[in-house]
Amino acid sequence: MKVTLHIWRQAGPASPGRFETYPVADLSPDMSFLEMLDVLNETLVARGEEPIAFDSDCREGICGACSLVIDGIPHGPVPETTTCQLYLRHFADGAEITVEPFRARAFPVIRDLVVDRGALDRVLQAGGYASVNTGSAPDANTHLVAKEDAETALDAAACLGCGACVAACPNASAMLFVAAKITHFSLLPQGQPERIHRAIALVEAMDREGFGACSNNYECGAVCPEGIPVRFIARLNRDYLRAALTSREFTEAPGTRAHVE
Amino acid sequence: MSRLVRLFGTSIGRKLMTALSGLLLVTFLAGHALGNLTLFQGREALNAYADWLQGHPLLWLFRIGLLLLFTVHVTLAARLALENREARPAGYRRRQLREAGYASRTMILSGGLVLAFLAFHLLHITIGVVEPEAFRAVDPSGRADVYGRVIHAFGQPWLVLLYLAGLALLGLHLRHAIGSLFQTLGFNHESYETLLCLFSGLLALIIVAAFAAIPLAVAAGWVGGVPGGAG
Repeated sequence: MKVTLHIWRQAGPASPGRFETYPVADLSPDMSFLEMLDVLNETLVARGEEPIAFDSDCREGICGACSLVIDGIPHGPVPETTTCQLYLRHFADGAEITVEPFRARAFPVIRDLVVDRGALDRVLQAGGYASVNTGSAPDANTHLVAKEDAETALDAAACLGCGACVAACPNASAMLFVAAKITHFSLLPQGQPERIHRAIALVEAMDREGFGACSNNYECGAVCPEGIPVRFIARLNRDYLRAALTSREFTEAPGTRAHVE
Repeated sequence: MSRLVRLFGTSIGRKLMTALSGLLLVTFLAGHALGNLTLFQGREALNAYADWLQGHPLLWLFRIGLLLLFTVHVTLAARLALENREARPAGYRRRQLREAGYASRTMILSGGLVLAFLAFHLLHITIGVVEPEAFRAVDPSGRADVYGRVIHAFGQPWLVLLYLAGLALLGLHLRHAIGSLFQTLGFNHESYETLLCLFSGLLALIIVAAFAAIPLAVAAGWVGGVPGGAG
């Protein structure tokens, strides 16, 4: 099969970008979208042109490295799928496909289709973890977790951190990402000591990075490769409201508390 | 540092305040719509109700409270919208939306138009600059003839259309607003997600239908048919 690609090319963070058109022929419908880009890059290199830069790592849908907005949808038209698990059989022969980078102020373009998603890492560093003591592992079953809570926490923990939620949101908001982290830890006993701090720290870090605010368009949940539900955002709002109303930390200057005392 | 200052300093805090002021405004709208339905009890009932409201000792406190709510709601929403726009300086060439509906994407537009409609409504019904003669009319008991004012207003097709258009915009705004405020205030759960969505849509519809019943009923001649009648 053959397709025509309209791909965003940008030499560097400060360079102006533009769309370039690339017809690609002799493709197998069983190639993944990324393999097609590999094939295209080989021909570009053979012609002495710069290959198209794009992110990928595991190529089996579990790492969250791949990105791309394909025909206006982050990770492409197949629901609950990462770009690496998108195959050419999902497109019509002769299709015209537009490929753009994830767009957000917090995700500056580094080159072509590669954006810097470090903002999500910095949000996590602000409090998206549960501190544990070093030493020998605790005995099994010392922390009991209700089955339902464990399942919901794991649903949230499935977040790959790919940033598709940000790319899809009309406001480039990272609320679904932060909500997944909050839900993951808030439902588990290990997450309780830092629960309040986490809510405050993650929300303020999210704002610092320049993400927008949620206006409940719910595009994020529709494109999430892990199908993380938008109702988790209500839990984030709930935890944050609780922190604002009841915690002493909320009355202190931001950043004065780094961890649980 | 005060809790409120810090809360206003974050996006979620501003959203919470927008939602909370919105919730109170929806409560006001529901009360206003219910009060308006007094019209269907006739001239005497509506004018007595309006007279009671006008003479209420807490009237100005209520009005200042409403003004404050509108100010908080509008300024925070406008600020959030600007911040949201800034969060994506370069847009997409192609965009396919899957969940976002017309209502959710046009909240600032529908909100702004509802605000303009509200300004007109206040000038028309509360301050009386649109139809000064009708505004000065009094009923046999010497009270302001609010009933007569409404009948007179909605005897004119352009005012009926204008009010229906304003209410349609309000409905569009409320359709997304009511569901959203629950989510923003932290109420959403797997077990009642569908019910909440249904309830939000239904409440928006009921409020708008209650308001729209008046211009429609007057225009159709179902009320106020007998001039100066018992009503």
